[in-house]
Amino acid sequence: MNKMVSNKATRRRYLGERIFKGATIFALTIAAAFLVFFFYNMITQGVSALSQAEILVDIHYNETSAKSYKKAVDKPYRKIVSRGWMRTLPLYMEDHPELMGTNAQEWVTATADVDQYLKGKPNRLKEKHKKKIDALEKEGKVKLAFNTNFFTRGDSKMPELAGIKSAVVGSILVLLVTLAVALPIGVMTAVYLEEFAPDNRLTQLIEININNLAAIPSILFGLLGLAVFINFFGVPRSSALVGGLTLALMTLPVVIITTRAALRAVPSSIREAAYGLGASRWQAVFHHVLPLAMPGILTGTIIGLAQAMGETAPLLVIGMMAYIPDTPTSITEVATVLPAQIFTWAGESIRAYEERTAAAILVLVTILLSMNAFAIWLRKRFETRW
Amino acid sequence: MKNKLIAIAAFASIAFSASSVALAGDNVHIVGSSTVYPFASYVAEELGQTTRFKTPVIESTGSGGGMKLFCAGDGMDTPDITNASRRMKPKEFELCAKNGVHDITEVVIGFDGIAIAQSKANKAINLTRKQIMLAVAAEVPSKDGSHLIANPYHYWNEVDASLPHRPIIFYGPPTSSGTRDAFQDLVMKHLTKHMDVYTKLYKADKKKNKKYKKYKTVRTDGIYVPSGENDNLIVQKLIKDKNAFGIFGYSFLEENSDRVSAATIEGVEPEPEAISSGKYPVSRSLQFYIKNDHLKKVKGMQAYADLFTSEDMVGEDGNLADIGLIPLPEARREMAREHIQQHTKLTVEDLKH
Repeated sequence: MNKMVSNKATRRRYLGERIFKGATIFALTIAAAFLVFFFYNMITQGVSALSQAEILVDIHYNETSAKSYKKAVDKPYRKIVSRGWMRTLPLYMEDHPELMGTNAQEWVTATADVDQYLKGKPNRLKEKHKKKIDALEKEGKVKLAFNTNFFTRGDSKMPELAGIKSAVVGSILVLLVTLAVALPIGVMTAVYLEEFAPDNRLTQLIEININNLAAIPSILFGLLGLAVFINFFGVPRSSALVGGLTLALMTLPVVIITTRAALRAVPSSIREAAYGLGASRWQAVFHHVLPLAMPGILTGTIIGLAQAMGETAPLLVIGMMAYIPDTPTSITEVATVLPAQIFTWAGESIRAYEERTAAAILVLVTILLSMNAFAIWLRKRFETRW
Repeated sequence: MKNKLIAIAAFASIAFSASSVALAGDNVHIVGSSTVYPFASYVAEELGQTTRFKTPVIESTGSGGGMKLFCAGDGMDTPDITNASRRMKPKEFELCAKNGVHDITEVVIGFDGIAIAQSKANKAINLTRKQIMLAVAAEVPSKDGSHLIANPYHYWNEVDASLPHRPIIFYGPPTSSGTRDAFQDLVMKHLTKHMDVYTKLYKADKKKNKKYKKYKTVRTDGIYVPSGENDNLIVQKLIKDKNAFGIFGYSFLEENSDRVSAATIEGVEPEPEAISSGKYPVSRSLQFYIKNDHLKKVKGMQAYADLFTSEDMVGEDGNLADIGLIPLPEARREMAREHIQQHTKLTVEDLKH
């Protein structure tokens, strides 16, 4: 009788266990499926953006084409060669007067419609232009080449010229400002709270607030940035500086929290040994504790920066979500960032932007993954086990 | 270690001291309508590529958001130009004046038709403005027309027996959008201001019932889904939800004509000719507003305005027509250029009719 009961209970427990295990596997499968679906979707869409149609044309550098740039190429080519390239010719000739009166044969960027036609995607190419492209293809005067524009140019309203350079440079500038502000302030705050501060109501209150700040919706930091940096300090709107400062506000709590955890992980025997040898508190912290905690601090900082890099909401408020094709050269110039560029392209009506949006997402994800991988490597390489 | 920390601190202080540099007038700063944005950024790029001026910076904030920023003050840290897919409201003009912005020029650049679109999988459909109004208004006349009731319609054939038994669902722009304003004005206000059942409420109590003078409140029971300023999102929703109608500008319709088609409104299709002649009833003008006080201080601002209104851009065969702008008649294009040359000052009377 007793045996029966225990058997029944055991069986029920095993069943419960199996159900629980099944549920966890199911959850994992769903999460993995989302990830696989996302990457599959992005890669299949984005890979075609890495190539771009080019056409071999004769270019005439002369007086007429300096005035009316369309005259630089022969008539049948005018509608299939990117106007974005043609329109730069007059200025180019002004800068290179030696070209005047010469002819050249060059591979130049084709319009997005030609590009999409060659890739077999929907396009608005006219029948006669399609025939022309087919003929050129037979002669080998049209090709899909590596899309260098995508990496060497800024945003453009012509998809064939649109690139991510200005956004990538903007992102780098913003992150540098964020790092320069968030790291020293965050580390100093954490060192004070962990090593010097007395344990009283005030420091407890500060602690709670810092933990809460880490969970605040990021758009609020944008509003704070707008009110404090732009309206009060007069930092230029849309600049990498104001973007970096705003994101630094957002990253600070993350840096503080991880730094404190890293400091706490350093055993107190280290500090006591330092005191024992006559070191002051400052010497104990800066000569011994901080260097030992550095790998942990850097890991946390990199993860905080990666989070800041993918952020868009606060930047919307401070004017960085804008059409900014010029590459910024200083932190006070207007700049945009990679996620903002992706957002802008996602809203374009021209279909050729779809593949470019996906490609830009792939670039962003690659950067974020490498930042996280670097953080893991740092931790693995320098971590000390006590 | 110590040196490194000092270096970082020094870098941070440089970053902070640089913040005292004020916003220099080397980029034209433009805000405003997301409908005008594709055209404005096209012109901005043209300016940046074909001249030695810097490319103007354009933020897409919606017409209302743009007006707010534009009218916030006359200082150099405020936008130089704002784009709008509707005219400036007298209220906004007063806000501008209050904040010291007195010298504004209005420049009309072209037309945009608002399409009521559906997935291509559907049969062609013809709607009237009245039917659309009854489908989206928060309050509609009761069956006998004597008083207003909360909108009871969930299927199109309830609105009008001649329409199919198809659930009513709209994906459209949010309240900050000029497209939304124009839709409400051209479809709802246009009818309700002549309908006794609304206006009699206004006449009964002019203060409390002010909204009934020209009623344009959109229902909020989930039939009209505000879908953000991103019109691509609406197109994608339409492909997934075959019953739905989407509200967006003509340029998006043109670019996605293989996936979505437009309902004809009172028998007229949204086509360039019908829109610019005014035959298509749901169309509006697109314009931008220039802060004349900034013209001398901001390099490239005058050149930008000139380029925008040139025949190469806004003309019949202009580049903007290729990306969906519907050109103005020739006389009005000439007038726009004249306004820019003479810095014609906008007055509140201009905006009242």
